[in-house]
Amino acid sequence: MAAAARFFIRGANSKLPISGIGTGAQSSFGATLLKLSPNCNPRTKTQRRHAAHFTYQPDPIPTQYGPTQKMNLFQSVTSALDNTLASDPTAVIFGEDVAFGGVFRCTVGLRDKYGKDRVFNTPLCEQGIVGFGIGVAVAGATAIAEIQFADYIYPAFDQIVNEAAKYRYRSGNMFDCGNLTIRAPWGCVGHGSLYHSQSPEAFFAHCPGIKVVIPRGPVQAKGLLLSCIADKNPCIFFEPKILYRAAVEQVPVETYTIPLSQAEILQEGSDVTLVAWGTQVHVMREVADMAQEKLGVSCELIDLQTILPWDVETVCKSVVKTGRLLISHEAPVTGGFAAEISSAVQEECFLNLEAPISRVCGYDTPFPHIFEPFYIPDKWKCFEAIKRMINY
Amino acid sequence: MLSNISNVVRVGVQRNGVAAVLSARTYADFTAQASFEIKKCDTHKLDEAPATEVVMTREEGLQYYRTMQTMRRMELKADQLYKQKIIRGFCHLYDGQEACAVGIEAAINLSDHLITAYRAHGYTYTRGGTVKEIMAELTGRRGGIAKGKGGSMHMYCKNFYGGNGIVGAQVPLGAGVALACKYMGNNELCVSLYGDGAANQGQIFETYNMAALWKLPAIFVCENNRYGMGTSVERAAASTDYYKRGDFIPGLRVDGMDVLCVREATRFAAEHCRSGKGPILMELQTYRYHGHSMSDPGISYRTREEIQEVRGKSDPISLLKDRMLSNNMASVEELKEIDVEVRKEIEDAAQFATTDPEPQLEELCNHIFYNNPPLEVRGTNPWTKLKSVS
Ligand SMILES: Cc1ncc(C[n+]2csc(CCOP(=O)(O)OP(=O)(O)O)c2C)c(N)n1
Ligand SMILES: [Mg+2]
Repeated sequence: MAAAARFFIRGANSKLPISGIGTGAQSSFGATLLKLSPNCNPRTKTQRRHAAHFTYQPDPIPTQYGPTQKMNLFQSVTSALDNTLASDPTAVIFGEDVAFGGVFRCTVGLRDKYGKDRVFNTPLCEQGIVGFGIGVAVAGATAIAEIQFADYIYPAFDQIVNEAAKYRYRSGNMFDCGNLTIRAPWGCVGHGSLYHSQSPEAFFAHCPGIKVVIPRGPVQAKGLLLSCIADKNPCIFFEPKILYRAAVEQVPVETYTIPLSQAEILQEGSDVTLVAWGTQVHVMREVADMAQEKLGVSCELIDLQTILPWDVETVCKSVVKTGRLLISHEAPVTGGFAAEISSAVQEECFLNLEAPISRVCGYDTPFPHIFEPFYIPDKWKCFEAIKRMINY
Repeated sequence: MLSNISNVVRVGVQRNGVAAVLSARTYADFTAQASFEIKKCDTHKLDEAPATEVVMTREEGLQYYRTMQTMRRMELKADQLYKQKIIRGFCHLYDGQEACAVGIEAAINLSDHLITAYRAHGYTYTRGGTVKEIMAELTGRRGGIAKGKGGSMHMYCKNFYGGNGIVGAQVPLGAGVALACKYMGNNELCVSLYGDGAANQGQIFETYNMAALWKLPAIFVCENNRYGMGTSVERAAASTDYYKRGDFIPGLRVDGMDVLCVREATRFAAEHCRSGKGPILMELQTYRYHGHSMSDPGISYRTREEIQEVRGKSDPISLLKDRMLSNNMASVEELKEIDVEVRKEIEDAAQFATTDPEPQLEELCNHIFYNNPPLEVRGTNPWTKLKSVS
């Protein structure tokens, strides 16, 4: 576990092996762009302020899906796409620079393996990419579109919200684009500043008709992405980009799915329920340990995984048991998805609550440049919130 | 052509002609101005074209040289600071494309308006930002041109609207600024710059239409450096004749490596706009020496030979330098002296940019809204409650 984190912090530039997928000459383009993640350069050792704000904890090795292989998050995404292209002859992958592997290397080798008619670059035109994807999907093919960064999904906002999400409804179920999956790197990365750091899940969570999914690591990423691809609804799959290399796990090589709209209880506890998704799950893991060690407080940690439609039941059952809820995400607090969770839990569990529901989130500011360490909901802020809830 | 031939002759002479002789020269010995034959622009929907024979004075030449060198050195310094991890995050360098910025600025006024994308360091400088302010912005320090809050992609100054991170999004803004120019009737115009990659964004076409419909004094400039990230123009564009892609908007294809070509074309375009004929489009054929951003070595999708070839044959600074020397418009020593001064300016700026303090924490929240009294910012942590002022 710590080994993985250390790998990240030292930031070895060496590529992890991934068999079955060749790395062409083109791939270094994407690889090097990943140096933007904070710790990918050996020289960072002395620059402590660049250290990640969390310690990555790999999942246990899954045993139920056959043989596994060591993969980081971008490789597990590649593996899921590889399985899909192999088993579904209608599947196509497109986006900016994806034929060369994409800026984060998620599609490395796939063009060479499956052909340039199935894995292809688009021009720089997000609205067009998603609209095109909707058309591909409605015509019956499996469309997997990449938006280079979640921050660049807004030109496609109309296509997603007005076209994709409402297609089934407005056609009385005659047409739909359930075969469409949109992937995008998401979340903070250490120094991404305003336009390479955003977490826009709440915008899409306001939109019935699409699903929004965010994994916490490689095993989840592959299973959830394959579920999104198989799901009969348009899905947005946000990938925590800070984990692309930092997160390394034993990931099943074959196809498997992890059900959507099911939260996962990662740790059982009795005093406080912690809800998070993506990178923040790892922050919360440390917070749970700190609460146990320093306060003797037992936390139940839930990874929500699917933001829309979300698993109200698992969260509420937990809060009925613990009486306290802390929700944490990187996006700004006002109108963030924590607000929806908080409101729903309050309706369902009012009499069980021992303290007001807490949110520890990003500030109501644009994502800052040099102030990122202050902006992010780090473990200390979360820990403080737990103390307040306990002492309420 | 002629000037190229004379280039060779003069350079030869100077190598043999001893330095002592040269330094003994007085200004009166230099040619005060010379005329140059420049590459003809391709035109689209235009009856006339920019001149192919242009005059450059010695003063102008020296100024263009200094400005381009400053831009080049500034970017090389940024590269170095980035590698030392002093500049972090996203950083897109402009070296190779200097003739575009300098040529455009030479043909418009500082009271005209300009907006570009994230490859903005050069324009920030030509628009009046100082090297110090630019470098300090890169390092995220208080003395930065955006108070250290923007970083590489976000720089602004008077009549320069940035420094914009979302590819293509700046172009409609530029048309809006052009409308303001027209409305105010002050004979100003707005230059909107975008890349060859950005040229494929839908909002660019929406803007062409509005600008033509309302005859706005807008110069659209596509800086075609052959690549949008790792994608070459042929792989991204159904037509790489970017100067024709405004369809009903007249266009020019310009050698963007030659500051005189860019200047002449811009002069032509500005006259077009100011005479009330509406928008015009320029495609500047140029090249970026660096990769797309600092994390892209820039050699996986193009060859080292290609980069070397451009550097060797059409470097904008060398081209100008050769012209000046071969026409006896400046001496080698004089240009070297400029280089030394530029280097010093860059070093001083870098020194400032690495020692100036970071902005204070309160800056994290300032300038979100216009508000009075200060707004308490939600979410700020339990230990520091931050307020926002503007
Ligand atoms: C809407 C949007 N999509 C994607 C990006 C990521 N991106 C930044 S620059 C770039 C390439 C732009 O190429 P070009 O317009 O040719 O400009 P150049 O970098 O060559 O100056 C891309 C894809 C972005 N910033 N905004
Ligand atoms: Mg380009």
